[in-house]
Formats: sequence, structure tokens, C-alpha cells
Amino acid sequence: MSEFLQHLINMLVLGGTYALLGIGLTLIFGIMNVVNFTHGVLYTFGAYIMFIVVHQLGVNFFLALPLAVVAGWLLGAVIELTLLRPLRGSDIDTTMLVMIGAWIAMQSGALWIWGGVAKSVTTPFPEAPLVLGPVSVSWLRLFVLAAAAMLIVVTYLLINRTKLGCAMRATFQDQDTASLMGVNVDLIYTSTFAIGSSLAAAAGALLGPVYVIFPQMGDLAAVKAFAIVILGGLGNITGAVIGGFVLALAEELGAGYVSSGYRDAMGFLIIIAVLIFKPTGLFARSERVG
Amino acid sequence: MKSAIAILTVVAFASVPLWLRDPYLMNALITTGIFIIGAMSLNLLLGFTGQLSLGHIAFFGIGAYVSALTSLGFDVGLPFGFRIVHVPWPPIVGFVLAIVVAGLCGYLVGLLSFRVRGAYFVIVTISFAEVVRLVALNWVELTQGPLALTNIPSITIGLPGLGDLTLRTKLQNYYLVLAVAVVTYVLISRLVHSHFGRAMRGLMENETLAVSVGIDVTRTLTLAAVISAGIAGAAGSLYAHYIRIIDPEVFAFINTVTMVIMVITGGKGSLAGPVVGGMIFGLLPVFLRPIMAPEAQWIAYGGVLIVILFVLPRGIVPSLALRFRKPKSRAETLAPVAFSERDAKEHA
Repeated sequence: MSEFLQHLINMLVLGGTYALLGIGLTLIFGIMNVVNFTHGVLYTFGAYIMFIVVHQLGVNFFLALPLAVVAGWLLGAVIELTLLRPLRGSDIDTTMLVMIGAWIAMQSGALWIWGGVAKSVTTPFPEAPLVLGPVSVSWLRLFVLAAAAMLIVVTYLLINRTKLGCAMRATFQDQDTASLMGVNVDLIYTSTFAIGSSLAAAAGALLGPVYVIFPQMGDLAAVKAFAIVILGGLGNITGAVIGGFVLALAEELGAGYVSSGYRDAMGFLIIIAVLIFKPTGLFARSERVG
Repeated sequence: MKSAIAILTVVAFASVPLWLRDPYLMNALITTGIFIIGAMSLNLLLGFTGQLSLGHIAFFGIGAYVSALTSLGFDVGLPFGFRIVHVPWPPIVGFVLAIVVAGLCGYLVGLLSFRVRGAYFVIVTISFAEVVRLVALNWVELTQGPLALTNIPSITIGLPGLGDLTLRTKLQNYYLVLAVAVVTYVLISRLVHSHFGRAMRGLMENETLAVSVGIDVTRTLTLAAVISAGIAGAAGSLYAHYIRIIDPEVFAFINTVTMVIMVITGGKGSLAGPVVGGMIFGLLPVFLRPIMAPEAQWIAYGGVLIVILFVLPRGIVPSLALRFRKPKSRAETLAPVAFSERDAKEHA
């Protein structure tokens, strides 16, 4: 029983960051109809920004997180402006292949700049974990959970309570009508991609210190994000949050009771199973963002 | 004219070992040839049915593992106390089994492609390849996991009146790969010019219309997936028996991307496209190696893929064909792509 409780605690910590990854991708997928293969690279990028800011610039750990978010936002905006805007209106396969090209180039760039040796970030948290009866959890992981929860709430408010969020939801529903109502669709696309990218970077910056940082760390993260989006339904933020926790639970239970080697297979199996049995996702309510 | 070019190309390739003695370049040519066969099979799906399979390396890797395990033998325990003990069979049987098993997997993925299309199909195929990779990595009893299957025997073929010939040298493997590549090319060429090929293209261009004239979507798409996967399995088998060692890294996504780049650069939906694109991207690393670090090469790969998609979205071969053909036969040259919906919009 205590083992199961421990799995649940781990699930909460993982699920929070997975939800961040999923929200970013579901926004981009839902609003722009772009299969964003650079999502994993943005995750890696966020983690490396964390490393650089903490270790090479010597800035405080807690300041590094917002910096990683801003850096992810900027890189996302650059990708959208240079690669996606010129391709607006071309078929989804072309955009997908261009994003794959960008992914390979950027990941190899990370390998070139930072090398293949895994790096770790030292954190200001005490080594000893917090022990609550039968379960224990490290302070760092608690911070990760709290920060992820905060970012999820901020994103939710951004989408549902602000003018920009309203314009994003309108664009998702009907791009042409939104345009007629005075929504600057180009701006919405750039903002959406930048916001999605900054969330991926935030997830990387949060999970990077928990594990280690290396150039290919984003590959699995990207696939997990796809699994979450498919699980939660296209463009559904609440679905992405639930999907993030469901995937984390499946991974924890899979690693704990099946075999740790198949931990990362859970995401793929979920993708295949959901698409075979319920292609609209588990939480498809209606075709809208928010 | 077209067949003259084809015959000249085959003769040129066949004459390569007569003047090329460098073993490193021969090795590069053989592996390139194997990947070109894989790219040709991918082109059958991507270029002629419009299904972007990004898990194509799974069929290649399954072919490699099936062929290797058939010729090496294995002893595996199953749940409930069952055991499967397999004594080694000749590699040529492995080659055939590789095609059959990869084709079966292609059938499963093909069935899936009716439920999910577009972006979802792409993600399903990627997931399929990754699951297969994780199984190859973790089922150590069967696959040796990361320790790799080693000492895979070379392919032996029985020649009438000459006895058995084991293909060990680069020269022999070169001709074997060339022969399989030519057979594959002819097979795909016959296929796309048949009734079945026209059905595939019809589905790609306008599914509703194709169905309304009586084309069976299920049959056409699964058959295309089975043939494509079978050919990829054959390529994987050649790879296993040439390299003689395989590990789960064969399933790496980057290998699928390599094939996709070959097809897109050469020209999807063009028979010669994968060959041209494959020669460029197969041999590019050989020439880039002295001047660029491997990471920089990959950056260049990604960059070239983007540039090609922006500048030459049709690919090299169709663009050249368009330039050198007389205007009256333009429509014929462009047939594989010209009447797709996207072009119709462009021309409108």
C-alpha cells in the first residue's frame, strides 16, 4: 500500500510538468493545425537555459525559471516568424516535414554547442527528502509541482480571462470569422506558438534539475506531449491537464509493477490504444479551446 | 527514352566496382543502396498514396531482426512455462521471412490508417516504431538488447551447377544490393502503372471521387502498406546480413528521417526520385566527413530539408523533368502530383 502511495506522489510531480508540455502542444496543434516537432527541442532548450543561467551566469535558481520561460517564448516566436508564417496555407505534411528539419537542426545544434555529456543543475533545496508517514518526496520535486501548478493556472486565466485568450479561442473556432471580427490572426498564431513554446521550455527547466540535461532529452518529452494531446483531445486544455496526470500515473504503475524498461513505452501504447478505440480523445466535449 | 536512361543507369552502377577500389566508398555505396531500397518502399506510401509513415524504419528493423534471428537461432522462454527453441536456418530463408513478417506488420499499420489519417496517422506510425524499439531493447532473451545480435551469417545463395556461394566480400554484396534495388524499382514501376497504381493515385488525389467510381479504399491502402513494408523488410534483411551486427539503434527515428529526406529531396511520387535523393544524401556524409563535424552535418541535413521544402517542394526529379520536357507532355510528366488538390488550388 505504501508503495502505491509513493507512486501516487511521484505521479503528481511528473503529471504537473507533463500537463505543461501537453497544454503547450495542444494550443499549437489546436489553433494552428501544426504538428510541432520542435516541442521537444524547446523542452531541452528550457533545461539548458536553466543550466547556463545557474552555472555559467551564477544567477539565483528561482530567477532562472522565469528567464527560461522568456527564452522559450522568444525562440518560439522566431520559429513561427521564420518557418511557419511563410508556409501558412500549405498542406500539413509540408509543415510537419519542415518542423522535423528544424528539430534535427536544433537538436544537433545543442549537441554541437553543449556536447553529449549529461549535465546536472545544483539546486538550493536540502538533500534530505520530506518524509510523510510511509512516503517521502524531495523538496525539489515539491517545488516543481508547485511551480507547474502555478503556470497551469496562469495559462488557464490567460486563455479564459484575457482579450488575447478570447482572440485565441475565436481563432480556434473559426479563423475566417475571427479575422472578420478584427482579430489579427497572424499575431494570434505567433502568440500561440510563443506561449506553447514557453510552456515547453518551462517544463524542461523544471524537470531538467530533477533528472539530468542532455541534447536528446526532448525526444521522449515530445512523444509524451503528443500522447497527452491525443489523450485529452485536440485543443482541450483541461483534457491536456488530465491527460498529463493519466500518462504520469500509467508510467509510474508501468514502471512499478511491469518493468522499468517499459516505462517510456506507456506513452506510445496510450497513443495507439486511444487512436484505435477513441480517436477524439477521452475528454472530447466540444471543438473549442479552454 | 525513359528506359534508355534506366538501362544506362543500371550499367553505370554495375560498372562501379570495375574502377572504384576504395573499400570505404564501396561500403558507403552498399549502405546507401540498402537505404535507397527503403526509401523506394517509403515512396510507395508517401508519394503514391499520400500516407506519411514516419515509422517506416520499424519495418526495416523488423526485417533485420527477423532475418538475423532466423539465421542465428534462439531459445526463448514464454509465460506459462512454454519455450521456443529455434535452430539456425539458412540466411536466404531469413530474407524471405523478413519480407513476410514485415509485410504482416505493414498490414496491421495499414488497417490502422483507415481509422486515423493525417497528423494522427503520422503519430501512430512513430509510436509503433518506438514501441518496437523498446521491445528490441528490453526483450534481452530474444534480441540481446543493447548488447546487439552479433556474428550474423552472410547470405548464401545456391547457384545451379556451381554450388553454394556465400556473399562475404563488399563486391558480392554490392551486386546483391544492386540486384534487389533493380527488382524493387521494376516491381514498384509495374505496380504504379497498373490498375492498382491508378487506384492508389486516385485515392490520394480525391478520395470521395475515387470511392464513387468503385475503388476499394481498404483493399488498396492495406495492399500498398503491405508491399511497402515487405520491401522495407527486405532492405532490413540485406542490412543485417551485410553489417552482420544489429542493435536496437537500428530503429532510431533519425533513420526514418533519412529515408524521408531522400524521398522528399529526390521527389515524392516519382520513381527515380528516391534513387536520386538517396545517392545525394547517402554519399553526402562521405564528402562532408573531412570538413565537418558529425553534429554540423546533421544541422546541415535539417537545413537542407527545410530549404528543399521551401525552394523545390516537388523535389529534384519532377522539377528537372518539367524543365526538359516539351510543353505538350507536361501534364503527363506531372501526373503523380499535378492533379492533387493543392496544385489545383495553385493553378486556379
